[in-house]
Amino acid sequence: MNDTSTLKPGHIQGETGIWEMVIGLEIHAQISSKSKLFSGASASFGSEANRNVSLVDAAMPGMLPVINEFCVEQAVKTGLALNAKINNVSVFDRKNYFYADLPQGYQISQFTKPIVGEGEIIVDLDNGEQTTIGIERLHLEQDAGKSLHDQHPTKSYIDLNRTGVALMEIVSKPDIRSPQEAGAYVKKIRSILRYIGACDGNMEEGSLRADCNVSVRKSGEEFGTRCEIKNLNSIRFIIQAIQSEAERQVDILEQGGTIDQETRLFDTSTGETRSMRSKEDAHDYRYFPDPDLLPLEFTESWVQDIKEKLPELPDSLKKRLVKDFGITSYDASILVEEKDYVDFYQQAANGRDGKLTANWMITELFGALKKDNLSFSESPITTENLGELISLISNGTISGKIAKEVFSEMMKSKKSPSEIVKEKGLEQVSDNSEILKLIDQVILDNQDKVNEYLSGKDKLFGFFVGQVMKLSQGKANPGVVNKLLKEKLK
Amino acid sequence: MPNKDTIVDVPTVNKIARLCRLDIPEVNKESLTKDLNNILGFVAQLDEVDTSNVEPLASVTGHKLPLRSDDVNDGNIEDLVLKNAPESSSGFFVVPKVIE
Repeated sequence: MNDTSTLKPGHIQGETGIWEMVIGLEIHAQISSKSKLFSGASASFGSEANRNVSLVDAAMPGMLPVINEFCVEQAVKTGLALNAKINNVSVFDRKNYFYADLPQGYQISQFTKPIVGEGEIIVDLDNGEQTTIGIERLHLEQDAGKSLHDQHPTKSYIDLNRTGVALMEIVSKPDIRSPQEAGAYVKKIRSILRYIGACDGNMEEGSLRADCNVSVRKSGEEFGTRCEIKNLNSIRFIIQAIQSEAERQVDILEQGGTIDQETRLFDTSTGETRSMRSKEDAHDYRYFPDPDLLPLEFTESWVQDIKEKLPELPDSLKKRLVKDFGITSYDASILVEEKDYVDFYQQAANGRDGKLTANWMITELFGALKKDNLSFSESPITTENLGELISLISNGTISGKIAKEVFSEMMKSKKSPSEIVKEKGLEQVSDNSEILKLIDQVILDNQDKVNEYLSGKDKLFGFFVGQVMKLSQGKANPGVVNKLLKEKLK
Repeated sequence: MPNKDTIVDVPTVNKIARLCRLDIPEVNKESLTKDLNNILGFVAQLDEVDTSNVEPLASVTGHKLPLRSDDVNDGNIEDLVLKNAPESSSGFFVVPKVIE
């Protein structure tokens, strides 16, 4: 019998055996351009309704699209960062459908000839393992507008500010085998996009959203029929939606049913997916090349110029951190998640104990920020101050225990650690004569325990260390205390 | 060579009409299907030419796609944009409720 507690992530225990998930993701990443893909209207978020709309975006007759060079560059940059094939000639197509927030009646996208072809990325999983996920393609396309349905009982309100904003759609191969892997994949793509500055990766504002294609099969069998869950805007929802959709499919298949290939929505209140019936014909988009746009062409030397300007990417940075600072691969993968973390870490650890710095940053600093509900950029502790704290620990000025006290004071007052140590008189006492005084006092107060110890109860040694530390208010150097106590109690 | 009479049938015409949001009166469907077959049959003569080794042509002019720099130089014309809207309110287009 298979015990469900030992099931691998992405496996579902059914009546008929274990099912495996097959997942492919389409990530829509908004390009961090100032203006739109085909018009000079602003691409910024949060403006007054219909303020960032040109006559091109509103699809007025006779308006012609002109492509934004910066957006093309970001797509190429992203393609290079995904180790993908760059297509020096690509074509824009019209994807035809009707919706109130799509004034053109079609979305300009790329169908048969996308700007970027196949690639792959390495994804770090929570258990420290890595897996490679294939990229099928990346293409440029227009975003749609926004519909508000809660303003009026019988009407929808339409804002076209987002209409025509540049998106990159990054399509993975069906290489993903668990919801956790899907989450890690999105995290990695997001991290890469932020490193190269192609997209701000802000999932709350919708700059990064994902459609998940999910099917299930018995291990080794052909892929099953898939369903597409639309428009998920957080990693947590992606994980939940895939799990619940796969379970739904297993239930249907085990009862002898079949899966209809369809588009589904994830209901965040119930944690389940439901069918989007109105999209029945939606997949009949009647693509054809957009007659308003010529093929997009660029030279190999332009691509090479972009390649040379690429910043160091998370994977190579991670290897370098392990090599230069001697930290674990797991710690390094956490630090390279965000460019800001790495920059902070490298400065704090420079010339100091890399492992100790990583521990303090990941465990203490990240923990404290989370507890206080602060983002990393709001950290009251600067990289200089964390570095100084590490130095104070390393050179024996304060003990690790006192350092925690200093740290929480740094979180509160933003003061430098040396200032706090001085103000509060927290310097570690390493001076032999001072510690000996404390030891003598402890021996005097605990004569009975000393006798027990001397008659063979070795375990009591820890008790004496504790008493001395207590008497010093935590300031005695534990190493020195140990050494002197041993000599004294011989 | 496809038979020019059977390229599209009435159900196909119905489907295309639905996708295009066209309301075609029932009485016109037969004749419309016939017209479409005539047009498609005429165009289908092109199939006589062997194009198996020819790349699809995207443009006859030889021009390249012009690129523009990423500058914000348009927008702020809500009034113009909304001018032809049958209904608008506080800067939004207002349409019959479309909800998923």
